[in-house]
Amino acid sequence: MSAAPTAGHAAAQAGFEEAWARLLREGHGAAVHPGTLGRVVSRTIELLGRARDAEPFDPAPAEQAGALLVEAHFTDAAVLARAVELLLGHPAGEHAPKVAGAFASGWTVALRDRTLREQEAIRLAADLARKGAEKALYASEARFRAVFESAAIGIGIGDVNGNILAVNRALQEMFGARPQDMRDLRVPELVHPEDTPGVWEAYDDLVNGRREHFQFDKPYYRRAGGVIWTHLTVSLIRDEEGVPRYQVAMLEDITDRHRLQERLRFQATHDPLTGLPNRAEFFERLERIFDSPEPGARFGLCSVDLDGFKAINDSLGHETGDQLLAAVAERLASTVAPLGHLVARLGGDEFVVLLESCLGHQESVAVAKTVLDALSQPFLIGDQKLAVRASVGVLERPVAATTPGAAMRAADLTLYRAKKEGRGRWTLFDPKRNAVAVSRYAMSVRMPMALDRGEFFIDYQPLCSLRDGSLAAVEALVRWRHPELGVLGPDEFVATAEETGLIIPLGRWVLEQACDQAARWARRFGPGTPKMNVNLAVRQARNAALVSDVDRVLRGTGLDPSGLQLEITESAVLGPRDHALQAMHALVDMGVSLTVDDFGTGWSNLAYLRDLPVSGLKIAGSFISDVHDRPSPHDGGDGELLGWRIVSGLVSLAHTLGLTVTAEGVETAADAERLRAMGCDWAQGWYYGRPTRPEEITRRIAEGLGDPRVRRA
Amino acid sequence: MKRPRWIPEGTDQETPNVARVYDCYLGGSHNFAADREMARKAVELWPELPKIMRANRGFLRRAVQYLAERGFTRFLDIGSGIPTFGAVHEVARRIQPDARVVYVDIDPVAVAHSRLILEGDERAAVIEADMREPRALLADPAVADLLAAGEPVAVLLVAVLHFVRDEEDPVGIVRVLRDAMPPGSALVLSHASFEGRPDQAGPHQDLYARTPTPLTMRSREDVVRLFDGFELIEPGVVYLPEWRPERPESVGPHPERMTGLAGVGRLS
Ligand SMILES: C[S@@+](CC[C@H](N)C(=O)[O-])C[C@H]1O[C@@H](n2cnc3c(N)ncnc32)[C@H](O)[C@@H]1O
Repeated sequence: MSAAPTAGHAAAQAGFEEAWARLLREGHGAAVHPGTLGRVVSRTIELLGRARDAEPFDPAPAEQAGALLVEAHFTDAAVLARAVELLLGHPAGEHAPKVAGAFASGWTVALRDRTLREQEAIRLAADLARKGAEKALYASEARFRAVFESAAIGIGIGDVNGNILAVNRALQEMFGARPQDMRDLRVPELVHPEDTPGVWEAYDDLVNGRREHFQFDKPYYRRAGGVIWTHLTVSLIRDEEGVPRYQVAMLEDITDRHRLQERLRFQATHDPLTGLPNRAEFFERLERIFDSPEPGARFGLCSVDLDGFKAINDSLGHETGDQLLAAVAERLASTVAPLGHLVARLGGDEFVVLLESCLGHQESVAVAKTVLDALSQPFLIGDQKLAVRASVGVLERPVAATTPGAAMRAADLTLYRAKKEGRGRWTLFDPKRNAVAVSRYAMSVRMPMALDRGEFFIDYQPLCSLRDGSLAAVEALVRWRHPELGVLGPDEFVATAEETGLIIPLGRWVLEQACDQAARWARRFGPGTPKMNVNLAVRQARNAALVSDVDRVLRGTGLDPSGLQLEITESAVLGPRDHALQAMHALVDMGVSLTVDDFGTGWSNLAYLRDLPVSGLKIAGSFISDVHDRPSPHDGGDGELLGWRIVSGLVSLAHTLGLTVTAEGVETAADAERLRAMGCDWAQGWYYGRPTRPEEITRRIAEGLGDPRVRRA
Repeated sequence: MKRPRWIPEGTDQETPNVARVYDCYLGGSHNFAADREMARKAVELWPELPKIMRANRGFLRRAVQYLAERGFTRFLDIGSGIPTFGAVHEVARRIQPDARVVYVDIDPVAVAHSRLILEGDERAAVIEADMREPRALLADPAVADLLAAGEPVAVLLVAVLHFVRDEEDPVGIVRVLRDAMPPGSALVLSHASFEGRPDQAGPHQDLYARTPTPLTMRSREDVVRLFDGFELIEPGVVYLPEWRPERPESVGPHPERMTGLAGVGRLS
C-alpha cells in the first residue's frame, strides 16, 4: 500500500522519528560520534519505513534495522524494549506488530551472532595468552634448567622432609655419585663427624620455617670414598601462602682451600719436632674448657718433665736429645692419647696431658701413672739405650674453682714439688701448699708485719743420744701462724724470706728467742741442759753482721756459747777464701759449735769439711727413708743392705774427721737400733719426737731419763 | 619480593579481570562468567556505571578526534583494554588515515585480543607492558620507534591511572613518560574520582579491592597534579561529559554524576 501520506500521518511519523533518534542517542550517550549516530538513525528509520509500507509484508528491512543497531553496538536489552514499544505505538501501521517482531528478531539474531563471535574471540585470546605465557614460562624454565645443569657450583633441591628431589651435574661430580644414588639419600644422612656445631640446628630451623637461609663450611663423604669440603648455602623456598616447601642447597668445593688451611693450622698449632699439639694449641684447648662449663665439670692436668734431660742433651748432643724427645712424645701419644686426652709439648722437655673432662683425681693420677709407666722402658736412640724418668705434677679440679692461668701455675708448682721430693714420681696438687706458693708475694709483703705482730713462734725437736737415749739437743724450728693459711713450716716460707732478705731480721729473731729459751733452761736445769741447735740460712751465713749479732745475742741472753750449735748447709760456704768462712771461724773461736745440715743432698765436697771448723754433721733424712725402698740390681733385691752400707760409710767418714754424726728422719726402733749399732751418735726423727712446744721440752728435760723409749746403758 | 607468577594474570577465567569487566559495562561479550558476575554486582550497587563508562569512552573518542584534527598521527594508548567499539586507530584514521597507534596493556588476554583484531595492520602494534615500570615500557621497540621521530605523540592514560596505587607513585610515572615525549606532544587522561559521588566511591573501591587490581579514586587536585609540566587545553580538568561536547545537550543536567575527571594537556 502506497497511499499518499496524510498531514496527520506525517506528524505521527515525525513524532516517531524524533523519539527514535532520542532513544538511540541516549542509548549510547556521547560514546559514538554524533555524525555516525545520525547516519544510523536515518538508515534505521528508512528501513523501518520500508517495512511498514511494503505490501505484502516483508520482514527483511525491519530485521535489517535490528541487525544494524547491534552492529552499531546497541546491545542493551533496555534499548530493544523501548524500540519495540515505539514501533508498536506507530500510529500509521497495521503492520506495526509484525514490524516490531521482525525488528526484534533481526536484533536478536544479530546479537547472538555478535555474542558468539566475541566469545570466540575472547576465548581465542585467552587461549593465546595462556599459551604465550606457558611458552615464556617454558623458555625461562629451560633457561633455568640449563643454568642449573651447567653451573659450576653444586646445586641440590630437596623438600622440607629432607628428600632430595634434584641435583645438578656439578653436585653429582662433587659427591662422586650417580643421580639415583643421590635420590636415595636423605639430607639428614649427610652428617659428618667434623660438622661445625650448629649446622644441623640451623638446618632444622630452616626446614621448619624459622630461618630463610644459612651458610656453613661443611664436609661430606664422597661415595667413592674420601671427603669433600664445601662452602654450603641453603635457602628455603616457600609457596604463595608462605608455607615452607623446598630447600635449595648450593655447594662450592673448597677442599683444596680447606686442606691448605688445615695444613697451616696444623703448623701453627703443632710442634714440628714431635708433631704434638704445641703450647698455643694446648692453651686454646685449656681455655675452651672454661668457656661455658657444665655445672660440676672437672678437668685434669698432668705436667710432665723429664728428669735429667739437660744432662743427656749436654753429654750426648742436641740431635740425640731431639730424637729422645720425639720418641718420648710418641710413647706419650700412643699411650695417653687413646684414652681421649690431649698430649702437648710446651717446650724443651716439658709435656702436658690435658683431661678435658675428668671424674675425679683418681683418673688424673691413673694418667700420671700411665705416663710414668710408658717411660719406664729405656729408649733406643741410634744404638744407645737411654733410660729417662719423668716427674709428674697432677692437678685435678672443678672447672669452676680456678682459671686456666692459675691451673697451669698450680700444675707447674706441683711438678716442682714432685721433682723436689725425688724424681721419677707423681705428686698430687695440694691446695694449701699451692696457696702458699701462690701467695709468696703476699707473704713477702706480710712478713715484716708478721714479725711485729708476733705471728712467728718456735717449736723445738729433740735430738737424742743413740747411746743412752738422753736428750742431747733440740733444734729450733720457726713457724708462722698465718692468718689465712694456718701454721706454715719453714720450708714453706724460708725461701721467700731468703729471697726478700727478710731472713736477716727473722733469723736474728729466731736466734734471740732460741738462745733466750736455752739460757732459761740452762739456768733451771744446769749441766743436763740440751744444746740449742739453730739454723743459719745461706744469706745469714754471708751477712757481715753475723758474728756481732751472735755475740750480742749470747751476751743479751746470758747463754754460754757452748750451749749453741749453728746448723749450716753445704752451700752456705763456697770455698776456703770465702768471707763466710772467716765468719765461721770467728764463731767457733767464740765457743759456738757448727754442724753441717742436710748432708748428702747438695754438692758434697768432702774436702771442704776438712777446712770448715765444724764439729758435727747431720745425715739428710732422705738417706734413712730411702734405705727401705732403694732397688738394687747387684744385691738380688736387697737394696736395703746397700743403703745401710752407704749410711755406715758416712758415719765412719765423719768419725774419721772427728765429727759428731746425727741421723735425721729416724722413724722406727729398728732404724734407731741399726744406727746405734753402726756407731752413729745422735738421732732425730718422729721416733724421738716431733717438733713441739717449749713447755713439752721443759717437761722432758725435767723427767730426765724418765722417757720410756730411752735405753739405759 | 615479587612471587613468580606461575599462572599469568588475566588468563585465569575464574577471577574477574578489569579489561573484561569494563567490556561488560560497555555491553560487549568479551568476558567470562566471573567478569559478568562482578559487573552485575557493581551495577546493582551503582546503576549509572554503564553510562559512566560510555561517557569515558565518549571522552576518549572526542580527545582523539580533537588531536587528530590538529594533525596528530601518533598515538600511544596505555591501558588500552578490549576496545569493543571506537578503538583509537579507528577514530583517528577517520581523520588521519595514516595514523599510527601503539596499544599497551598489562593484561595478556587484552593484548592477545587486540593482536587478533590488528593482525596485518602495519601501522598498529600491541605490546604487553606494565605502566608502573615506565622506563621498561618506553624501552619497548614499538614504543621507542613511535617516539623516535620526534613528532608529537598523543599519550593516552584513559581510565587506567586509578589502578596505580599512591605508593606506586602515579605522578612519578607520568613524569617519566612526559620526559620521553617529544615537544608538542599531548597527554590524554581520565581518572575515576569520588568528587561527584562521594557516597558511591567507598563501596565501589571495596569491590575492586577484592580483585588483583584495586581501584584508587582521586580528587580533582590530585588529577590536576598529574598534568604537571603540561599545558591544559580548554576546558581543563572537568567531568567526563563536559570535555568539549559536540552537542551541548549531551552534557546532561548532572555531569558530576559521571564521576570521572578528564583532561588533555600539551607539552610546549
Ligand atoms: C578500564 S580499562 C580502560 C580501557 C581504555 N583505556 C578505556 O578507557 O576505554 C583499564 C585497562 O588498563 C589496564 N591496566 C591496568 N593496570 C595497568 C598497568 N599497570 N599497566 C598497563 N595497563 C594496565 C587494564 O588491563 C585494562 O585493560
